[in-house]
Amino acid sequence: MTETTDDPNNKIPLQKAPDTRPGPAADAEPLLKVRGLVRHFPITKGLLKRQVGAVQAVDGIDFDVRPGETLGVVGESGCGKSTMGRLITRLDEPTGGSIEFQGTDITHLSTGKLRPMRRDVQMIFQDPYGSLNPRHTIGGIVSTPFRLQGVEPEGGVKKEVQRLLELVGLSPEHYNRYPHEFSGGQRQRIGIARALALKPKLVVADEPVSALDVSIQAQVVNLMDDLQEELGLTYVIIAHDLSVIRHVSDRIAVMYLGKIVELADRTELYENPMHPYTKALLSAVPVPDPKRRTQRDRILLKGDVPSPINPPSGCRFRTRCWKATEVCTTTEPPLVALRTGHQVACHHPENAGEPAAAGTKAPDGQASSDQ
Amino acid sequence: MTAPIETTGAAAEAQPEAVLKGVESKRIEGRSLGQIAWLRFRRDKVAVAGAIVVILLVAVAAFSRPLQALLGLDPNNPDQSLIDPNTTLPKGDFGGMSADHPLGVDPKFGRDLLARILEGSWVSLIVAFGATLLSVAIGTVLGVVAGFYRGRVDAFISRMMDVFLAFPLLLFAIAISASLQGGAFGMEGLPLHISVLIFVIGFFNWPYMGRIVRAQTLSLREREFVDAARGMGARGPFILFRELLPNLVGPIIVYSTLLIPSNILFEAALSFLGVGIQPPQASWGGMLNQAVKYYEVDPQYMIVPGLAIFVTVLAFNLLGDGLRDALDPRSR
Ligand SMILES: Nc1ncnc2c1ncn2[C@@H]1O[C@H](COP(=O)(O)OP(=O)(O)O)[C@@H](O)[C@H]1O
Ligand code: SF4
Ligand SMILES: [Mg+2]
Repeated sequence: MTETTDDPNNKIPLQKAPDTRPGPAADAEPLLKVRGLVRHFPITKGLLKRQVGAVQAVDGIDFDVRPGETLGVVGESGCGKSTMGRLITRLDEPTGGSIEFQGTDITHLSTGKLRPMRRDVQMIFQDPYGSLNPRHTIGGIVSTPFRLQGVEPEGGVKKEVQRLLELVGLSPEHYNRYPHEFSGGQRQRIGIARALALKPKLVVADEPVSALDVSIQAQVVNLMDDLQEELGLTYVIIAHDLSVIRHVSDRIAVMYLGKIVELADRTELYENPMHPYTKALLSAVPVPDPKRRTQRDRILLKGDVPSPINPPSGCRFRTRCWKATEVCTTTEPPLVALRTGHQVACHHPENAGEPAAAGTKAPDGQASSDQ
Repeated sequence: MTAPIETTGAAAEAQPEAVLKGVESKRIEGRSLGQIAWLRFRRDKVAVAGAIVVILLVAVAAFSRPLQALLGLDPNNPDQSLIDPNTTLPKGDFGGMSADHPLGVDPKFGRDLLARILEGSWVSLIVAFGATLLSVAIGTVLGVVAGFYRGRVDAFISRMMDVFLAFPLLLFAIAISASLQGGAFGMEGLPLHISVLIFVIGFFNWPYMGRIVRAQTLSLREREFVDAARGMGARGPFILFRELLPNLVGPIIVYSTLLIPSNILFEAALSFLGVGIQPPQASWGGMLNQAVKYYEVDPQYMIVPGLAIFVTVLAFNLLGDGLRDALDPRSR
């Protein structure tokens, strides 16, 4: 996405209203608990399939998803966001770490044992053209979850499917139509209807709007936001920049090369980004107010994300970081809470004026070597 | 990395949501991809012409015997009075063309060529259809299994395909038909020859079909709708039969249609080499075989079966290409 904010039709910057809802309770039992999650894709060679290396797509990440919240996950392409999404929905199996959903360890459950959990966790996909089977009608697509889970909704499947279509802003008469008759935005709505059919608790949306026209992105994001309120959903929304998710997320996790480098409440992250990478991402977000635009310098990251097959030693961001020092090459910065509810993995964090919260490891003396 | 998706998405978005919303109340029933392909196919004049010729050919072949009876033709009725005893060539111009024998007669025997072409048509088509059916059946099952299960299963089936494709098919065909001359499997004569041809052509050509189906399956199973089904708790059979197979039907039909003409040529070639249909039974390849001896003095004899093969192969190819363009316009 480029800067299109001058377009008056672009309604994305619809700031999420200050939360009047009870809000996600930080102390409640998390819905999803992810610890040390790892997914390495083996690279094999030759007839004997000898393993010669691994794509370290996700390399040890920890986070919780609290009931009722929206966790945004952001990072450039190739940072492992989709892999992470496929792991927590168990479309893929982790090579390390653990995933707990509602207190049940689902890390290595078999297809059969996963079935009950499939009702509660649903995914919305990135590609509106690939995620709907072109040979099935919309009715067939949205009723598939009922068939697969053996659920007979009150009033019959067809009635329920038509209700769902209305819920996502489509006409119930679309029941007998085929996916190719719809625009990208409408298809994404169909995907949302399918994801919501079984009244899931957790919905993981992998770049749900990045394939859509900018003017339609806002509509779909706002629909998801409305549905969350209406149905009490918990979201994990993945995006490759901050412009979409900053408006709907309660907390935001920033991913870089298979790691979470910063995790904080939305306003905290937005106002006091501590990780240089987050700062760079924020500077790329178009500023709605032209007067303010000049005040914040755009940080242009040089180069591309390094290969996850052979990531840099120490801090993985160091090859593109303007603050990198010797220690960044040798020591990997751990993800630690520098303030309440604000975790960062950096030796020389920005905006770290206040001392670290008690009981957590501060990035000790090395911070001074930065000046 | 996300660029390809974003560009196609933005391009296809050109049709704004409002447009579709406006018309939705009028057309309630959706058009399936099949119906759209049919509309597209109907506009393709060349393909429609191919289809018409194919339908005619199949009808003629299916009713070949009744048609011969109706026209009073007999493919195996020699008439020496039509042959010049000195040259053994048909009397008269153009290979003995006359009102009684519109395509002329063959040299040496004086048998009616129209009758022999008609008789050869059903032999050609039954062998081509039978062999294609056999290839498609084996190729589809093994191709889907290889593409769907991947890993070792795929490696095994793929190696098997390589072996079959490397097989010296022609030598094998010659050997097998030579050794089965007398009769086998409780069959002899024409039924045996037809069965052997179907088996040899069909059984050794399945890897072509298998490769296409395997590649299609491999790419289909990476599509997000398969993940969506898995995410709702679908197991292998559901994904295979409900998500993948409906998307494979189109390519299978297209490539079957394109396999038929190549099998017609194969049958003709084997009969031409004398290891297919045996004389005196009429077959297109067999007629060509005979005609070669006379091509300088009686070119008519060669042109007739040659043209029959040419028209048939061309018609099936045009139909197949048209079907492919209609079902998948991007593949052009
Ligand atoms: N099935 C796979 N096999 C091998 N490598 C993969 C596979 N899926 C993803 N990767 C690699 O893992 C890395 C992270 O990919 P992905 O999770 O799709 O990133 P993102 O969604 O953030 O763009 C990429 O380098 C990608 O090439
Ligand atoms: S640890 Fe060093 S290299 Fe990594 S982000 Fe912080 S300052 Fe930059
Ligand atoms: Mg992705």
